Amino acid sequence: MTSPRTRRPEPDRLAYWQAMDSGRLLLMGAAAMLVTASFAVSGVLIHGHLQSQVDWHAAFAFGGFVAFGELLRLALPGGREAAPIAMVGAMSYALLLNEPNGPLNNPKLPAVLVVAVCAVGMTVGALPHIAAGRPAGLTGMCSRLVAVAGVAFIFRSVVVGFLLKNGMWELELAVMAVLIFFGWLIDTVIGALIRADDVGALFSVALVDEMQLQWPLGLAVGASVIITVFSVQVLGLAVLIAFIGPLLVTQVAFRRYAGIRATYLQTVRSLARVTEVAGYVEAGHSRRVSRLAVSVGRGLGMAETELLALEYAALMHDIGQLSLVHPIPGGATVLVSRADQDRIAELGSDVIRRAGVLDEVAELVRCQAWPARGHDPAPPLGSRIIRAANAFDDMVGSSTDRDRSAVAIDRMRLDPVGYDVEVVDALRDVAGRRVPSRL
Amino acid sequence: MTSGQLGISRTMAGAEREVRVSLAARIYIGVVVVAALAAAWRAPVFEPTPPAGRGQPGFPSTAVTHPWAALAVLMALFLICDSARAPLTSRQTKWSPSSSATLAAAVLLGPGAAGLVGAMSLVSLRRRLQAEERLFNGAMHALAGIAAGSAYVAIYDHVGLPQAGHFRMILLAFAAAAAVHVLTNHGLLWGIYRLNRANPVLRAEMPESSLALLLASDLGYASLGLVIAALWAHLEWFAAVIVLVPLFVARWAMAQFAGEQRAYTATMNALCQAVETKDYYTRGHGDRVSRGAVMIARQIGMSSARTDAIRFAGMLHDVGKLGVPTQVLQKTGPLTEDEFAAIQLHPMRGLEIVREIGFLYEALNGIMHHHERIDGRGYPMGLAGHEIPEFARVIAVADAFDSMTSTRSYREAKSIDQAIIELRRGAGTQFDPLIVQAFVAALAQVGWERPGPAGAPIDLATVTVQDHDDPTAPLQVVVP
Repeated sequence: MTSPRTRRPEPDRLAYWQAMDSGRLLLMGAAAMLVTASFAVSGVLIHGHLQSQVDWHAAFAFGGFVAFGELLRLALPGGREAAPIAMVGAMSYALLLNEPNGPLNNPKLPAVLVVAVCAVGMTVGALPHIAAGRPAGLTGMCSRLVAVAGVAFIFRSVVVGFLLKNGMWELELAVMAVLIFFGWLIDTVIGALIRADDVGALFSVALVDEMQLQWPLGLAVGASVIITVFSVQVLGLAVLIAFIGPLLVTQVAFRRYAGIRATYLQTVRSLARVTEVAGYVEAGHSRRVSRLAVSVGRGLGMAETELLALEYAALMHDIGQLSLVHPIPGGATVLVSRADQDRIAELGSDVIRRAGVLDEVAELVRCQAWPARGHDPAPPLGSRIIRAANAFDDMVGSSTDRDRSAVAIDRMRLDPVGYDVEVVDALRDVAGRRVPSRL
Repeated sequence: MTSGQLGISRTMAGAEREVRVSLAARIYIGVVVVAALAAAWRAPVFEPTPPAGRGQPGFPSTAVTHPWAALAVLMALFLICDSARAPLTSRQTKWSPSSSATLAAAVLLGPGAAGLVGAMSLVSLRRRLQAEERLFNGAMHALAGIAAGSAYVAIYDHVGLPQAGHFRMILLAFAAAAAVHVLTNHGLLWGIYRLNRANPVLRAEMPESSLALLLASDLGYASLGLVIAALWAHLEWFAAVIVLVPLFVARWAMAQFAGEQRAYTATMNALCQAVETKDYYTRGHGDRVSRGAVMIARQIGMSSARTDAIRFAGMLHDVGKLGVPTQVLQKTGPLTEDEFAAIQLHPMRGLEIVREIGFLYEALNGIMHHHERIDGRGYPMGLAGHEIPEFARVIAVADAFDSMTSTRSYREAKSIDQAIIELRRGAGTQFDPLIVQAFVAALAQVGWERPGPAGAPIDLATVTVQDHDDPTAPLQVVVP
């Protein structure tokens, strides 16, 4: 995160940045208080009436499981990080049932002990990351801990007594499913809040994105928690070893998925530069346009899947120029005739359509030169954004001069037929702050 | 799948490839079927529960209460897993975790039942399977189930719901059973590949998936069998349902991965084509060089990760040509030194474009050095012999071959045999003789699809008058 240190931020922007930091601080403060309180109360309980009743084997086994899971974090698309295995360990420990004659020796496992054990496990698992110079991932850890604590407090203080009296497995299962969903919801909402602040997206949009991205993994985690809780009841703690295999396979599948998405984006980013190397456009043009376009799209409330298509389209918007025998001077498509602009757009769109998998992107590229109003059919929002971002970059380039960008914006505002007014306003906001916006 | 081909499925991890079955393989299938029948003859469906107090106190009666119902559920589980396959790394390799059902049956019901569950492959819901395939799959999985069940019983000596307190023993026995299952499954499959070795299609496809990954996911999913067995005491049939959930999520992620990978390759192809539209005669050049480089890579036994990398390196090797001014590419007469220098720079320009892609370092080397010569007279750096990276030596051969077998404005395409003669002539001076040899061998096995005769250039395209890749017509440079 590069804060705008070089320029004095405007007052309302300052408030915005402050709000972002305080959201994170609030979360970390809550987690820290939770952990401190849990340790204090656990200490009192262990020295008091729980003295002989804590099952240290279970505490070590689940703490170790959490640490292992935290060690094997998973990068998800969009620069997110998850720790599904740690979540399985922590949730299972929170929902562990106390069987009167079962192998576990913990008739009363208090919620505070669950929180304390999970906190230690997560910290231990994060240490190797810190030692290797990777980010500690404190936000994610805090979010997971808060979710687990919520589930543990409800289950341990309210539900567990009732379940032990009852004893039907169908009921146990239903209660667990509801609580696991609740925990997932806490984690997802926190994730969406943080992300909305980080990238400058609307919270409602960020929440939907987050849910769409997290539900498959959440489902796998939830089912794994139920499986773990029941089989630990039957076979004891050693069964945890048998889970590591399937969980790892699931994790590998997700890792490969996230990996190929990252490579894909990287490749398109790099190959979009062929127009620059070939001298058709100014150096850095496609990347700057794509960054601007994504920021503007986000400001206008576009969802993450739409933003990905927009980013691809913005990166490749000039690819049609490769078919021109003679480069346009400076590559500035804003200076050539409408008919030529449309022809370049069509050629580029054909290239992209040939891939067979990026039809949405091809459509955005095809309509990029159409005026915002009066064209039939009307260009999609993504194309209007690319048109504005492209024009802005053709006029301003890599310059960070505020006057120059203000002039460019004013020029576009004078042409409400050519450029969507809403898009230009969003562009003005974005150009003023230059938030790094990558997917 | 075209007719006349058979898909022998490796349902354990679930790799599935298309194999043409030779006579030897047919005999082999017959032997496997007979062996499975013989093994099934000796194994009872349900292991008789040992009488209480058979000299082993602490083994209470733990028989599954409704064994036939349990068997039916596990058979259904096997069928569902078997039918829901997802592509793994390549088109031919598919993935499914049905082994967990077989191994759960081995723990809960005994070797005979495990064999029966494995035999469900016979009635697999997948269509387009032919009789031989069904027969082989059924026999293979039945044998693997019986063998795994026998291994489990040999160590733990007890079949039924796993009991708390015996878990170490159970874990040990189960690990042995899983290992036996994996070995039987892959061993029998290896036999069928071995017997079909003469089949060039199969040879070409074998290195595509990584064996280590397959074995790891096999063992990972095998351990779910134990989880199903453990859950059975509490959840009964629901154990099978809940275990399916993470499996299907993993399968979903794998399918997403495969989809993204296909999209990635397609996009890459489209972008490379866009780069090539600039020059009429070299259209499809990158794609063909890529194919040639992969042929060589397989022939010399490169790992699958490196083969993937060289595929992309081949596709992108000439991307830097975009940085060469059009008038230089179009020039008819001898080039000035400056113009020649501009052409010599194209590998560096290519490197500049692709440097930030998360490729293997080797692929970048391949792109940068694909015009080096073994005798050290190449460009851009004048490396010689084994200083030249292997990727570059491979791409150089495929590159020159495609150039010679394509039509150019100044000559017709050469025949494949003529081009091979030229490659052999250049071996030791321009090309690495071993790579040339490997390429010739691969050509004999796989063949080569030459580009169609080029029609008249259309309006937008420029036309290369001198091909910098053509070893038979080197670029003419004015010597001042």
